[in-house]
Amino acid sequence: MSIITSSVSQGFLWSIMAIGVYLTFRILDIADMTAEGSFPLGAAVTARALTTGHGPIAATLYGFIAGALAGLVSGLLHTKLKIPDLLTGILTMTGLYSINLWVMGLTSNLSLTTDPKLKTIFSRFPVGDDTTTVIVIGAIIVVIVIALLVMFFNTEMGLAARAVGNNQAMSAANGINNDNMKIIVYMVSNGLIALAGSLMAQSNGYADVSMGIGTLVIALSAIIIAEIFLHNLSFGMRLVTIIGGAIIYRLIIALVLELGVDPNYLRLFYALMLVLFLAIPTVQNRFRQWEQRQANRKRMSED
Amino acid sequence: MPALEIKALHQYFEQGTVNENHALQGIDLTLEPGEFLTIIGGNGAGKSTLLNSIAGSLPVTHGQIKIADHDVTYQTVAKRAKLISRVFQDPKSGTAPLLTVEENLSLALRRGAWRNFWRPGVKKSDRALFKEKLASLNLGLEDRLSAEIGLLSGGQRQAITLLMATLQMPELLLLDEHTAALDPQTSATVMQLTDQLVRAQSITTLMITHNMQDAIKYGTRLIMLDHGRIVVDVGGAEKQGLTVPDLMRMFKEQSGSELTDDAVLLS
Ligand SMILES: Nc1ncnc2c1ncn2[C@@H]1O[C@H](COP(=O)(O)OP(=O)(O)O)[C@@H](O)[C@H]1O
Ligand SMILES: [Mg+2]
Repeated sequence: MSIITSSVSQGFLWSIMAIGVYLTFRILDIADMTAEGSFPLGAAVTARALTTGHGPIAATLYGFIAGALAGLVSGLLHTKLKIPDLLTGILTMTGLYSINLWVMGLTSNLSLTTDPKLKTIFSRFPVGDDTTTVIVIGAIIVVIVIALLVMFFNTEMGLAARAVGNNQAMSAANGINNDNMKIIVYMVSNGLIALAGSLMAQSNGYADVSMGIGTLVIALSAIIIAEIFLHNLSFGMRLVTIIGGAIIYRLIIALVLELGVDPNYLRLFYALMLVLFLAIPTVQNRFRQWEQRQANRKRMSED
Repeated sequence: MPALEIKALHQYFEQGTVNENHALQGIDLTLEPGEFLTIIGGNGAGKSTLLNSIAGSLPVTHGQIKIADHDVTYQTVAKRAKLISRVFQDPKSGTAPLLTVEENLSLALRRGAWRNFWRPGVKKSDRALFKEKLASLNLGLEDRLSAEIGLLSGGQRQAITLLMATLQMPELLLLDEHTAALDPQTSATVMQLTDQLVRAQSITTLMITHNMQDAIKYGTRLIMLDHGRIVVDVGGAEKQGLTVPDLMRMFKEQSGSELTDDAVLLS
């Protein structure tokens, strides 16, 4: 039982990150490595703000804003300097590693539990035990995030942003500034990823400089799980299913740990899982081709 | 005030290399408001390069382009979109496939205008307009406002792209072989629709076509391009009286080489 509730609670936090990744991945068709830096950035900024006396709501918002700024940097590198998207992400992520250390005061781990008076967003608004609180507050935040995103992507500007990812020649011909729209998506995306990092730090009780490793792979897995199960959904429904994808993924991880796999090998497992998910469509195709060939051989030999 | 004024326009590809290609070799062209220009010429004559230069997708290195008295020579595609609308050859190019019909139309309705993040992208009040316009196409699209546009056929998409291009009256409409990818039947339908939309609002239009018949039948003026130069420029009654053999003879006189119907057709 506790595996399930803790997976649900972590899944909610991961889903915010996965939704952030979804924006660049599916709207701009970019696998943005910035995520690996903006996730710990959100954690670091929030942890630093909390330990220096800021309230949890402000500290969480600072985390979001810091992530959006990281997105701005990647967006500018990609659109204005025309650096390829993959490299852009790697550059920002690498730079952020130092920045995150600096934000945390040059330690690699900043604890939120040493000061008993320090309140995180979860301990500030307790709803029940720790896990329940994370689930409830996590769910509230996810719902707000999805509602705002659905609203935004149906405004004039949001529609323009979707068009950019879809057909850049068309959007430019209709007067849309492709660069600006990409930068906006980069900012919202990394803001959300940092928000997830901020909440993760507050839920775990610490920010760690290495907590971003695997962010992109985890998020993409959650997205692909959601897409494997349900096709052809509206934008809003797709975001909702990503919550499910993140929770299922977290459950799989919890089960693997339960089976006695050493947590040190977890990231290898993340990578293998994503390889598997990405391979599924190809394998399905191959299988279909193989079936057709068999059927064809049979027909030919019968003639 | 001319709708379009091009002065001494040159375009080079791979300038300064052994592959240097002087694709436009001094184009001077002025269009008065309401003129409907058809452009013909062999493969590689520079027709698309001319339209791309006007639209801004190719930066201009030499010359000047003015649209309705605005100097757009150094403006980006998105900036020029205030003045220009465009239909591409590939029906996929003019629409955003994952967006719905009404979303695409709404995007086009604000061509060149500021887009903010508090007004809805698709406004209820615009739906009636979209329905009416779509109904006028006679393709049964008025009931498919919320269909993903990528699911429609090439002809349907091209017809909608034309509608999008004329939803906000442009100073200049650019058509680059916009019926070439369609089957003959659909191509004829889209061509007639083009003529109807262009004439209804007297839109100043440049249309590249590989079909000499269409080039003669439609439009008020015809130019022929060869090796980056305008070699024939006819309008008015003279254009009305043209025949395909006339065009082929003119081409031979001007360029010294044979323009077969095939050469044009294959371009
Ligand atoms: N992007 C490009 N890069 C290099 N050469 C190009 C490019 N676009 C066109 N050209 C060359 O410029 C010339 C004119 O091409 P284009 O304007 O497309 O001809 P048309 O549309 O009349 O068939 C051709 O020789 C073509 O190969
Ligand atoms: Mg061409």
